[in-house]
Amino acid sequence: MISAASAGLGLKPEYFEDALAAPADGLWFEVHAENYMVAGGPRLAWLEAIRARHPLSLHGVALSLAADAPPEAAHLARLAALVERFEPALVSEHLAWSTWRGEYRPDLLPFPRTSAALQRIAENVERTQDVLGRRIALENPSHYLAIEGHEWDEIGFLAALARRTGCALLLDLNNVYVSARNLGLSAEAYVDAFPGALVAEIHLAGHSVDPCLGPRLLVDSHDAPIDPAVWALYDRLIARIGPRPTLIERDGNLPAFDALMEERARAETVLGRPLRQAV
Amino acid sequence: MSTALRQFQDGFARALLATEPRADDLPPEIARLAAQPGFAVYRNTVMKGCIDALQANYPSVARLVGEEWFRAAAAIFVRTRLPRQPTLAVYGGGFADFLAAFEPAADLPYLPGVARVDRFWTEAHVAPDEAPADPAAVARLGPEQLARTVLRPHASARWAWFDAQPIATIWRRNRYPLEGGETEIDWRGEGVLVVRARGTVESVGLDVAGCAFLDACAAGRTLGEAAAAALAVDGEADLARLMAQLLEAGAFGPMDSPDRAPKGPTR
Repeated sequence: MISAASAGLGLKPEYFEDALAAPADGLWFEVHAENYMVAGGPRLAWLEAIRARHPLSLHGVALSLAADAPPEAAHLARLAALVERFEPALVSEHLAWSTWRGEYRPDLLPFPRTSAALQRIAENVERTQDVLGRRIALENPSHYLAIEGHEWDEIGFLAALARRTGCALLLDLNNVYVSARNLGLSAEAYVDAFPGALVAEIHLAGHSVDPCLGPRLLVDSHDAPIDPAVWALYDRLIARIGPRPTLIERDGNLPAFDALMEERARAETVLGRPLRQAV
Repeated sequence: MSTALRQFQDGFARALLATEPRADDLPPEIARLAAQPGFAVYRNTVMKGCIDALQANYPSVARLVGEEWFRAAAAIFVRTRLPRQPTLAVYGGGFADFLAAFEPAADLPYLPGVARVDRFWTEAHVAPDEAPADPAAVARLGPEQLARTVLRPHASARWAWFDAQPIATIWRRNRYPLEGGETEIDWRGEGVLVVRARGTVESVGLDVAGCAFLDACAAGRTLGEAAAAALAVDGEADLARLMAQLLEAGAFGPMDSPDRAPKGPTR
């Protein structure tokens, strides 16, 4: 079980020794499911060892739910096998596409949020939940493009998907901040409008400025400490909706394990605060 | 039926890999997206993800040619062969064949062989877990029983004989540069066995007879037939030493009970 008032860490192979040695005081870990879709070997053995001590969250990056095609049966079967083996407390994916016509592009790609797309993605989420036999959470991706032809705003689209499929939502606050800055929107307004009752998990991460364009374009790089502006969004959200399991994500420029544990402690401090009184 | 979403994804996917996206090649809405500065973030993330994975999966090749050369070659490979499976730890099958046909690598004839052994390592790393054949159990078999026994190569075992080049030595020196190995390389054929029978991936040198022996075992032949195959390529092969070497390396999967072992033809 993962407590609502607890923070976990994204687990990179570089941290396995630290993770095994860490105290098990409600600490949980999240891994990218695709990294463990192998037949055998040390990776799976490592994850077994971690799982024996800590709750786990499986975060998929390649199911390609927003592709105009059903999720690949083989990929879904591999995901189901991992879910069965590791019994994760949380399973999540993205509102994005990556695999298309049998080829995988390692990114979370955007699309026009139309009613037709909503129908297709709802079918894909339902299919996934049927095969896994459980509810998944869908994450809001980072945006870098002004796309023509949206019929829905992102929050309305996600809420409609949750209504139709019963799925939960994963709110990535760094993605909200990066997207708002890149598209000229208000991150605060997005956070305030997000349906709190549907949030099963929160992601916090660092970003960077584009090497060519500078601060005009932020990149969701997960290679830096969490930005103060993202911490501020987190304070704001938790004060409104109450505690939710929160993940500290770090994928590049890896610091000492203790630095991530400090970010985790800061998140747990926020999670322990009382709700803001309604005025 | 082609939907709007499908057309969008076809066009977007094409624009991602285009080196110089020209407006007349792409649907207008995609061309306008590709012209936005933010499009480069997707393009860079996709290319970097694939190239990083190749570099991680072919470290010996990367060390031999240098990072800049490697990444330039990898970018060409990626454009024609995106991952078919999202587990990037196994991305890059076919890279050795790509290098063999890659004109700028023509001066480095050992490169495809080194790439093959890097691939062996990756495949061994993620292969199914299984206990290797117990050397003591094999030792208990009498000579005739041994000759009739079929031993299947371990699920993680990969091996090859390289006729013209010391691929195993070149690979090893670049895969494990901290091990040293300053001596001159003896320029002759070499074989290698890569296997993960006991936790970690190990590699051992294998002679031409050893490779022929394992080839025969992989084809389902009895040990007697495998021995004949080994002697056919090297009449001087020391079969007892070879068998001991293979068992110690964990080259075989678990042995069936001798009673159930298929009966080979009597020789």
